[in-house]
Amino acid sequence: MTSAIADSAPVLTSGLTKRFRRQIAVDRIDLEVPDGAVYGFLGPNGSGKTTTIRMLLGLISPTAGEISLFGSSLRAGAPAVLRRVGSLVEGPAFHPYLSGRANLARLDAADRYSNPRDSRSRIDSALDRVGLLAAAEKRYRAYSLGMRQRLAIANALLMPRDLLVLDEPTNGLDPQGTREVRHLITELARAGATVLVSSHLLAEVEQICSHVGVMYEGRLVAQAPLSELRSSTVQTVRVDTDRSEEAAQVLAELGLSDIAISPGYVTATLGEVAVEKIMPNLVNADVPVLGFAVLQPSLEDVFVFLTGEGFDVSG
Amino acid sequence: MSAAELLLVKNPPRARVSTRFLRSELKIIFGRRRNLAGMGVLAVVPVILAVAVRVSAPGQGDGPPFVSAITGNGLFVAFAALALELPLFLPLAVSAISGDAVAGEANLGTLRYLLAIPAGRTRLLVIKYAAIVIFALAATFLVAIVGVIMGLALFGGGDMTLLSGTQTSMADGMWRLALSSLYLAAQFSALGAIGLFVSTLTEQPIGATIAIVLVNVFMFILDSISQLAWLHPWLLTHWWTAFADLLRDPIATESIKRGLITALVYASVFWLAAWARLSTKDISS
Ligand SMILES: Nc1ncnc2c1ncn2[C@@H]1O[C@H](COP(=O)(O)OP(=O)(O)O)[C@@H](O)[C@H]1O
Ligand SMILES: [Mg+2]
Repeated sequence: MTSAIADSAPVLTSGLTKRFRRQIAVDRIDLEVPDGAVYGFLGPNGSGKTTTIRMLLGLISPTAGEISLFGSSLRAGAPAVLRRVGSLVEGPAFHPYLSGRANLARLDAADRYSNPRDSRSRIDSALDRVGLLAAAEKRYRAYSLGMRQRLAIANALLMPRDLLVLDEPTNGLDPQGTREVRHLITELARAGATVLVSSHLLAEVEQICSHVGVMYEGRLVAQAPLSELRSSTVQTVRVDTDRSEEAAQVLAELGLSDIAISPGYVTATLGEVAVEKIMPNLVNADVPVLGFAVLQPSLEDVFVFLTGEGFDVSG
Repeated sequence: MSAAELLLVKNPPRARVSTRFLRSELKIIFGRRRNLAGMGVLAVVPVILAVAVRVSAPGQGDGPPFVSAITGNGLFVAFAALALELPLFLPLAVSAISGDAVAGEANLGTLRYLLAIPAGRTRLLVIKYAAIVIFALAATFLVAIVGVIMGLALFGGGDMTLLSGTQTSMADGMWRLALSSLYLAAQFSALGAIGLFVSTLTEQPIGATIAIVLVNVFMFILDSISQLAWLHPWLLTHWWTAFADLLRDPIATESIKRGLITALVYASVFWLAAWARLSTKDISS
């Protein structure tokens, strides 16, 4: 049984590739989203996240490669497995002259697997979860960008889902809305769903992800549990002291690199040096240490480390 | 295995067969102000026609087909209105609905959400086409029914004289009107299949509608060039005026039959073309 479960990972791709006329948008990626994960699918604008997600949802067909969702191949043409997937792709899209509720009712009616008898209550609870119940009767065209985004998330929650694929769910939301979405994702994951959430804003999803996949120019440059990814990256130490020059010299003798001296503290890249050797050496050199820390690299640091470049738009 | 997964294993969901999707599609078509305004225009024609004939001096001019017969029997308002709206208004209405069918959803972006549900591409085309056919029926019968009401109100009913000169009962006349409307609705449904196909080619619903109207007008033009007589039987629009054959006694079935076969062939070919197009199309809108 164990292997069968391992085989039926919510998302598994091999060599997944999409070539548009002039460019390769997605280049041989092997995505693996484990069951129960909150998988942060990260990368700058234009790195191929939405294109990948469109392929996962059967909206566009891959140029090459395979996709399996919960162990069933998407190639086999049976999109039935998609009933287990709730999605938000490239922003909200609804009929402008229908109300939020009528729009959800329309999508629910198009779902062969939904029960018409509890349609009303499911729509209400989905609207409630995204804080849109009060505006349910308003026409979609009167919705603000944030309300539209919320409605799109509500659509993904209309039915109980095993996998939620959310493409940039916090786009257009204010900080409060962003916090709410993060909370919602955590809640969904706790209830047993697997979540694939894409973002071009690393800091926004950093706090909620268990796993991370990093896209860069169509390639998946890293994929790992978040903690693993962090520890594989350069670690920085920081020494707070009022004698930064002398501290810097000690660190240099120990073999740390990228030493930066600032008034009141020194930072340096740890490299191969053992952390525990630093303090005794500072003390021996009579450097007064007011504080010492090994800094967790932010996802941004990880990204720069992986690509050697900043987190900018790639063409 | 997650809790939600266990839930699905225990209660495997079954696909339901229901008319819910079709009803929601119809609600969108018939709830849209633009479409209601269009249907209003369709309904105004028999009203104007009946009033114009009523207020003008009797026996004045020949006018369009059937019009001279109106004063004899009000039912002819309906036939005359259908004949008047057949070249442009009714096909335009069907073009607008069918052009919007897929291109409209692609334009709004709702197509990707429908397909991600998954609504199913083939199922979507079946529902969209069913809605187009229902619209074609509704539009044709709207013109006929408004024509009957106006005609009976302004000219009265009673026995009617058919095109072949024979007399028949009012009930038989109504029956022939219903058959004519069904025949024309079938023709417009075939045009709707062309429209559905065009609609899968673009993300611009207005562009699709214009293209379908152009195809329709183009067929009329070809049909009017007598040097192209060999081509005429292959044109969908060639058979449209054959609905008048239903007003003969006995009914001249030859053209009606060929018209229906032509419509069926057009509908099948273009529905399949739409399917071939949509089932492989990248939805990147
Ligand atoms: N339909 C399309 N036709 C041509 N190029 C496309 C299309 N969709 C996306 N691309 C290109 O593919 C690349 C990846 O785009 P996308 O997947 O949307 O990136 P992301 O979602 O990470 O911002 C971009 O360079 C984009 O211009
Ligand atoms: Mg994107």
